[in-house]
Amino acid sequence: MQDIDIADLKKITELIFQKYRYDFRNYAMSSFKRRVLRILELKKLNVETLLKKLNDSPGFIYEFLDELTVNVTEMFRDPGFWRILREEIIPGILLNHKQFKIWHAGCSSGEEVVSMCIMLKEMGILQDVTLIASDLDTTILERAKAATYTMKNMELNEKNYIRFQGTGNLKDYYTEENGVAVFDKTLLANVSFRKHDLVLGEVFNKFDLILCRNVMIYFNQTLQNEVLKKFHESLFKYGYLAIGSKESLIWCDYASRFIVVNNEEKIYKKIKD
Amino acid sequence: MNKFNLNNSYKAVVIGGSAGSFQGMIKILSQLPKNFPLPIIMALHRLKHVRHGFVEALSIKSVVPVTEPYDKEPVKKGGVYLAPANYHMSVELGHTFALSTEEMVNNSRPAIDITLGSCAYVYKDKLIGILLSGANKDGALGMKHITDKGGLTIVQEPSECMIETMPKAALALTKIDHVLKVDQIVEFLKELDKQYK
Repeated sequence: MQDIDIADLKKITELIFQKYRYDFRNYAMSSFKRRVLRILELKKLNVETLLKKLNDSPGFIYEFLDELTVNVTEMFRDPGFWRILREEIIPGILLNHKQFKIWHAGCSSGEEVVSMCIMLKEMGILQDVTLIASDLDTTILERAKAATYTMKNMELNEKNYIRFQGTGNLKDYYTEENGVAVFDKTLLANVSFRKHDLVLGEVFNKFDLILCRNVMIYFNQTLQNEVLKKFHESLFKYGYLAIGSKESLIWCDYASRFIVVNNEEKIYKKIKD
Repeated sequence: MNKFNLNNSYKAVVIGGSAGSFQGMIKILSQLPKNFPLPIIMALHRLKHVRHGFVEALSIKSVVPVTEPYDKEPVKKGGVYLAPANYHMSVELGHTFALSTEEMVNNSRPAIDITLGSCAYVYKDKLIGILLSGANKDGALGMKHITDKGGLTIVQEPSECMIETMPKAALALTKIDHVLKVDQIVEFLKELDKQYK
């Protein structure tokens, strides 16, 4: 396996920033390096040929982005988290608003969005919720819109759903066609999928709940701070932010504007503007 | 008497293990010298969807409580860390932990190769890598990275392992400094500790 040094990684991030305006300069080094090495291996490239390809073939950037971003996810990942959402967080929001808005920031292939819609439907409030699902990678957004997943992954999704203790059966929401699970599109009727870059993108709306789980682990501390600032601005006062179970805000400057409402599942509430 | 010819230049100990490594790991942690001077960073194969129980089980007998670090948590001297369920765990150049949900490596998440490889990159020749019993080849490549950067490598004596595949894969792939039984690993760590006192 080839190795790659920091100077070469910098050349790559600079080229992408200058030419395509995607900013990976503040990504966490260990995972970013692994992602780039993985692309070199998959595409049979070395640093020189990768730089050349990024420079000379404009279409290649989309392929690059799709491989660079980590798109490993599950439905109802951490079932305990989803139970807390259903039993505490959403009822808390409903006390004040009958209608509310959710943002899935970095939605990847959409498993979390589908899970959310299933949960809201089972709670009988799907029609009252507006959802926005965003990602940097347009290829993966198309997959999220399609809401079709290989049957191979459904075993794990079913297990998670059972541990979430949904009111029905996950099979109620999809049909199997040629080895893929095709989810009922009406589930996603209130979801807008949009391309959005957390690093360079502007704040575009206000939400009652933002989910950004296992996304900021790919950012360094500086970038985490900046992104948290954007989330803070994108939340109504007393809105909620959910991050991954092994993430923490305690090293971020903006942490003092939030309180932890569930430490186990890492759900925070904005308490200060 | 300095049997292993050690010195006090090391900055971290990283340990990988899989099937059959639990008892050995418990023994090592329960006999760890008090105020052990280095961080101990463990990547052990575990059930992906069971977040609780493992760290508690390791902590019961451990001299130092074992924790599963958060992403960006600083690596502290004397801390004993376990890669959390369903995350890969790396160390960054600034000596903080970095977690990731990337694809499984060697059918594993956490993967031992990722933890060992990142530690080798960060600590270079100031790293001690230990690989215990296990049923697949995860960790062998990581041990090679440690050797290549000049670190010190130890595998559990295959004849003592419940499943010898993992240490044997490392022995086949790279130079290993010591092949030791768990009791000898304990002795090694005690001797290492003395270099810092």
